[in-house]
Amino acid sequence: MNNILVTKEVTKQYGKHLALNKVSLEIPKNSIYGLLGPNGAGKTTLIRIINQITFPDSGEVFFDGEPLKAEHISKIGYLPEERGLYKKMKVGEQALYLAQLKGLSKADANKRLKYWFDRLEIGDWWNKKVQELSKGMAQKIQFIVTVLHEPKLLIFDEPFSGFDPINANIIKDEILLLKEKGASIIFSTHRMESVEELCEYIALLNNSEKILDGKLSDIKKAYKNNIYQIGLEVAHGEALLKELSNKFEISLAKFDAAEGQLDFTLQLPSNDSKEMLAYLSSKANINRFVETIPSANEIFIKNIQDKEVNA
Amino acid sequence: MHKLGLIIKREYLAKVRNKSFVVMTFLSPILMVGMVLLIAYLTKINDNERQVVGVLNESDYFTNDFVGSEGTSYLHFNSISLEAAKDSAAGLGYVGLLHIPNRANLEELAAQSFFYTKDVPSTNILDKIEGVFEDRLRLNRLQELGVSAQDFATMENRFELKTATFKGQKNLKGINEIKAFIGGAFGYLIMMFIIIYGGFVMRSVIEEKTSRIIEVIISSVKPFHLMLGKIIGTSLAGVTQFAIWIVSASLLMLVAFSIFDIDPSALSATSDITNGMTGEMAPQVPTLDKTMQLYAQELYDIPWAMLLTFFVIYFILGYLIYSSIYAAIGAAVDSETDTQQFIFPIILPLMLAIYVGFFSVFSNPHGPIAVGFSLFPLTSPIVMLMRLPGGIGEGGVPIWQVLTSIILLIVTFVGIVWLAAKIYRVGILMYGKKPTYRELWKWLKY
Repeated sequence: MNNILVTKEVTKQYGKHLALNKVSLEIPKNSIYGLLGPNGAGKTTLIRIINQITFPDSGEVFFDGEPLKAEHISKIGYLPEERGLYKKMKVGEQALYLAQLKGLSKADANKRLKYWFDRLEIGDWWNKKVQELSKGMAQKIQFIVTVLHEPKLLIFDEPFSGFDPINANIIKDEILLLKEKGASIIFSTHRMESVEELCEYIALLNNSEKILDGKLSDIKKAYKNNIYQIGLEVAHGEALLKELSNKFEISLAKFDAAEGQLDFTLQLPSNDSKEMLAYLSSKANINRFVETIPSANEIFIKNIQDKEVNA
Repeated sequence: MHKLGLIIKREYLAKVRNKSFVVMTFLSPILMVGMVLLIAYLTKINDNERQVVGVLNESDYFTNDFVGSEGTSYLHFNSISLEAAKDSAAGLGYVGLLHIPNRANLEELAAQSFFYTKDVPSTNILDKIEGVFEDRLRLNRLQELGVSAQDFATMENRFELKTATFKGQKNLKGINEIKAFIGGAFGYLIMMFIIIYGGFVMRSVIEEKTSRIIEVIISSVKPFHLMLGKIIGTSLAGVTQFAIWIVSASLLMLVAFSIFDIDPSALSATSDITNGMTGEMAPQVPTLDKTMQLYAQELYDIPWAMLLTFFVIYFILGYLIYSSIYAAIGAAVDSETDTQQFIFPIILPLMLAIYVGFFSVFSNPHGPIAVGFSLFPLTSPIVMLMRLPGGIGEGGVPIWQVLTSIILLIVTFVGIVWLAAKIYRVGILMYGKKPTYRELWKWLKY
């Protein structure tokens, strides 16, 4: 069993609205899995099904090889996008309560909370009421409560919203550390830069359907279209550019005559770049020859737009 | 189960530690006792005030009839003109002046007597004066008919029809009302509890929605458990509050009575309907002590243990039904201002139960309306409790009716809680929509 979570053709309908249409995913163990998609794509519905907050109309979900059941709740940690705390309850008491609801004993929860509170340097908040805390402070407590029972699977829905950059970095490092310790992580977000940074796998949902999933590096390979950024040291840049543009598609061309520096991007018909390199090296000094790999953001936008054009 | 316990504990503590709860709990008995004392004090002042009636009697009749009684005294004017008497009565601040002209014929005299007052006279005073006239006129007519007063007194004995059940149990008039009143008190308690603590449950659900903690919680526990825990925790807080109220109010009462030197039995004679009714009946019934004993016996015979048991049963079932509806409403809305349209239909059956109880059950505890409403699950906790002090079985509520109402209540309870849990489950995750009934209907099918 290499997958912590598998969904098979999961479908969920709310009245006339189809929220999920036969979504099948495989989430490998000990990985960070990005669940991406625009608003209303069905991400939250899928996450709620995994957390057994709602149930699919059809399809199956397997957790660690077993059909999803109530006992699995204590093995999942979930940080919802819509999150909050009881405002009038004290921080420590509230954290203890939430930890106990996840099945930890009081003594155990107390010990672990002390550890985490020290770790995130918030030990002196224990007896404060939540309404005295700032939004970012409350988020830290929510994060702790989510990971406290050391679940096998962690689900973070927009974990960085509400954090300033410094605290967002602290949380990001903690997430990476949890992964190193063996947890599997589902990460739902719109923030593509954090996807690039963290996710090994992604799935893209749009209009209740999965339109793309797999290893991020594989997807990127599949989506590159042989565009190269090229920088040359050459005396007669214009002539070379003109020659090339007869055969290839060229964009973003810029020639600095004083420095003799020509920069442009060029699309090759295949991913065989040897010929082009040989040709260019015969004409000029190459100081840059880089293949453009599409960003997750570009793949995301391209897919969503393609779907809309087709629809 | 362990998690349910945790939720109940949290909800209970959250409620009990709330400042307004603490203030309400300890302030209410003081306010209540204060009010009772104020009423007692005012009644005492009222009683102490003597009303003086001036009497200008020009006739030979009524020379000894107008003598002072409790609260009223008569002051006789002699040999002055009517105008002068009126002036002095008004000047002395009397409630009025009774003028009895000099006529030989008593009937004529009575017809021409006048009672002059500053404002419209109170019926209390009028009754007293009219009573004196009536007695004198009756005596007069009896003499004309040649009947002696002694003979008439023997006729005066009023007849009271004795009643009993077929099995030979003695019945007492008015006892039904007394019993229904006792049951009504229980029913009223249930209604108040439902409205107050149902509202607390609802607000607590709304609070979880607005603070956005709800999804965090229900990723650990089932929404149904959260709902149930909330209802139970809040009601335990309510029971605590009621217990504190009862204990502290009775303690305060005791202290207050001893300080102000008020005789509690005198107070209860005026305020308590039970005693009021027996008091009213007392003069007409010759064997007063015996009847009183019977009433006491009847009250003593009310099956209190049974009544309390059923109170607990109906209380729990009724409260669970209503508070789960309240929880569903709380889940459906975003803020308390949106709740009005949903709350009215809940309060309606409760009000209906109380009114039906007081109007129909009092007069006829086993009539069709009383039976119907004591079977209908949304009103039965209140109406059935009003009927139950009459006992179960022979002479009381038939066993089948009690069983049917409890079964119906349980079935309704399961059904309503199931429906409420569905609305709750969907509603707690819905934000920004102002729900309509149609919307709620759709949620049931999710």
